[in-house]
Amino acid sequence: MNTTSTNAPRQGFLALELDGDGAHPAAWRKARHTPAELLDGTRVRATVLAAESAGFHVATFADGSLPAASSDAGGRDIPGRLNALQRAAFAGPVTGSIVLVPEVDTVYTEPFHISTQLASLDYVSGGRAGWLVAASDKVADAAAVGRSHVSGEGLGREAADSVEVSRRLWDSWEDDAVIRDVATGRYIDVDQLHYVDFESTVDFESAAGAGYSVKGPSIIPRPLQGQLPVLVPAGLLNADQLSAGAADALLVSAPTPELLAGEAAEARAAAPGAAIIAELDVVLDSRGQSAAGRLAELDAYTPWQSSRARFVGSAAELTGLLASVLETADGVRLHPAVLDVDLEELAQLVLPALRRRGLLATPQPGSTFRDLLGLQRPASRYAAATISASSAADH
Amino acid sequence: MTDTHIGNGFVPSGQLQLGVFFQGVNSGTVWKSAESGSQTDFESFRRIAQTAERGLFAAFFLGEGLRLREHLGRPHALDVAGRPDAQTMLAALASVTSSIGLVATQNTTYNDPADLAHRLASLDLLSGGRAAWNVVTTDNAWTGANFRRGGYLDHADRYVHAEAFVTTAKRIWDSWADGAIASSPAAAAWAAPGSARPVHHEGKHYTVDYVPRLPRSAQYRPVLFQAGDSPEGRDFAARQADVIFSAHPKLDDALGFRRDIVQRTVNAGRGANDVKIMPASEFILAATPEEALEKKNWVRSLQIGPEQAVAYLEQFWGRELQEFDPDGPLPEIDPVVEETSETRGSGFHGAKAKQLADQWRAEAKDKGLSIRQFVSARTSRGDSSFTGSYTEVADRLAEYARTGAVDGFNISPWLIPTGLDDIVNHLVPELQERGVYPTGYAGSTLRENLGLATPVRQPDSVGVEV
Ligand SMILES: Cc1cc2nc3c(=O)[nH]c(=O)nc-3n(C[C@H](O)[C@H](O)[C@H](O)COP(=O)(O)O)c2cc1C
Repeated sequence: MNTTSTNAPRQGFLALELDGDGAHPAAWRKARHTPAELLDGTRVRATVLAAESAGFHVATFADGSLPAASSDAGGRDIPGRLNALQRAAFAGPVTGSIVLVPEVDTVYTEPFHISTQLASLDYVSGGRAGWLVAASDKVADAAAVGRSHVSGEGLGREAADSVEVSRRLWDSWEDDAVIRDVATGRYIDVDQLHYVDFESTVDFESAAGAGYSVKGPSIIPRPLQGQLPVLVPAGLLNADQLSAGAADALLVSAPTPELLAGEAAEARAAAPGAAIIAELDVVLDSRGQSAAGRLAELDAYTPWQSSRARFVGSAAELTGLLASVLETADGVRLHPAVLDVDLEELAQLVLPALRRRGLLATPQPGSTFRDLLGLQRPASRYAAATISASSAADH
Repeated sequence: MTDTHIGNGFVPSGQLQLGVFFQGVNSGTVWKSAESGSQTDFESFRRIAQTAERGLFAAFFLGEGLRLREHLGRPHALDVAGRPDAQTMLAALASVTSSIGLVATQNTTYNDPADLAHRLASLDLLSGGRAAWNVVTTDNAWTGANFRRGGYLDHADRYVHAEAFVTTAKRIWDSWADGAIASSPAAAAWAAPGSARPVHHEGKHYTVDYVPRLPRSAQYRPVLFQAGDSPEGRDFAARQADVIFSAHPKLDDALGFRRDIVQRTVNAGRGANDVKIMPASEFILAATPEEALEKKNWVRSLQIGPEQAVAYLEQFWGRELQEFDPDGPLPEIDPVVEETSETRGSGFHGAKAKQLADQWRAEAKDKGLSIRQFVSARTSRGDSSFTGSYTEVADRLAEYARTGAVDGFNISPWLIPTGLDDIVNHLVPELQERGVYPTGYAGSTLRENLGLATPVRQPDSVGVEV
């Protein structure tokens, strides 16, 4: 992507995770608002607008259950969360260029609902929507919907199936299916609508969960982008599922920041077509307080356990690290320890420095997530089938 | 003279409210006019919602259909089809509106209670206490083909199921103690320990074991609308709902429906005025009665063209009827009688084809109606339509307010996105002059704006069988 000239530096993009008060579980203690002000639209609007004006290309929204206030482990921190897809939708009309990517679980949700909701998000954001695929392995999530618990390989299968259903449903209305032909009285051209007839790959008898089928077509016309970009954590899908085209981007994690570039290169080899996004936790020096000091203070409340690489240091050091990671990855997703604090440093120091060095793609108002990823807008798979079938018949 | 006495302690409020029902599908919305815009662009939704808010409408409604309507085994081609997910669209509208209620129609058969309740609570918090759920009970196997569960629910079970679903949802919304969240970052814990009550439900159709993730909103919990007209549906509404989205807008009929609902509400142990009623309606208005009538004929000709008229009969005949003249009599040939409702959509569900055809032929012959005239009369929701000059219609509506026949109307605009303009610009001021319409929003939440009481917390011990 963006390889216009061999001398120009490679340009990448930055994503920001916007959940709660930040990625650190004790972040709420350092937030610049009261706890009660967290779970509402005002907060969603403020954070996504701050991310957009800082120059972030993508905002992601975490979802799923959090430790309950009533349980002891972690019970001191935020136990609540608004639905991620709705937060993204709420942000759609008030933002102009930032891409909005909610996390949506694939194991305990209805694929038909997910597909319609994500297509709708694409409409309300003007083609700036994506999907961060999650596959919950929590027993509590299974219990919430009264299904048997899925684990191990079953998670990848559920995720791959759910992505495939959505992709088929998004294609089930060809682009020009709404014809509004007054002469014949037809609003839609039925030849451009298609049943998806999906059968899940999960064995109907297996412990991983019951199999299912989805008939289609979708109840909403094709999304503006045709297909929303699908982001998948590396390791969730196997090689076959990846080569079947389930993922447009892979999220890559490493134990330390130094190891990220290597992991990114490895993931690119495994999925040559997919964009690579490196995951990074971030704690920055701020207002005369060292990052290490800030982290120690937060950890004294609740220790921060995260599987992601963690950067703790100055804005200048982070700029250097990001520059080197962006040589191998297409983008980096940052998880700031405390949004109110770290986002300020990122906006004032880190992003401007990266921009000066020509390392960041310029956000284009009116462009889509696919544009950012350098992906063409694909034709519907069913349109392709119709064309090849009719041209075959011609010969 | 209409007997307007409702009885049972019911007191008319003397006021009306308006809601707007943005229709995604069917023939009510005219798409053939040069003025008609996109049914899916966000701008259409924004335009309608913001116009409604300028007109102090209580609510913006979205319907739901989880499978495309079909015709003779293929998707139906002639009417508006395709619409966004209700809650996703309403979440987006929440950020560009500030007072109007946001009502999502969502069925109880193809959703999981924990998931649906969580998403509605999210919408409620995002919108500052403006969310509502219009509870519907779609149960056809045909819709089930798009879901994991398939068509698993018996017709007779749907309200039993719906009631357990709604009770579980209410317990989820009531699960966080008031004031549970700390008022300062210096507190020992973000939420007081033990302040979120887990919700367990074990029943015939599903099991829920869930720790709710959200506190109560400014309006405590989403407002509940109900749409469904059977005796079971009415009893369900009388026990559970705040507002009924009814199909009874004609004055006599509306008064009868009100009497029935008041009776059922009182029987359920609630107050006579506790359940509001807002029928589905359509307005065709102009400066003079003559112009309005002319406009009505034009709207009808665009709603039901010759192709729609024949196709409408084809749904029930189960066969092609292209050879019949839309301006001639109803077809003498008989319907295909086999039970094909699986592919014909919910409009047909349960109807007896041959019996219906005989009845319709007799009726059309009696009244001297052509196919087109007959179908137009059946589908134009003539009953739900108010046609006339602004002052004339305002006078008629004032009578509804005086008698308490309804609490308001839920308007389906026949034109998108400008279809509310004349209502807001001309009808609303007439209603305000008559003192039957609000001159400002009563509060910031939908519950306040509808004049509904703060709900009482559901006891934890409720055990409902399903
Ligand atoms: C005014 C009105 C609007 C309705 N809107 C919807 C809708 O948008 N989606 C849906 O699935 N069902 C809708 N319904 C159908 C009802 O939920 C219900 O399934 C149907 O009326 C049959 O139930 P009943 O036998 O109690 O009338 C609507 C019903 C009424 C009266």
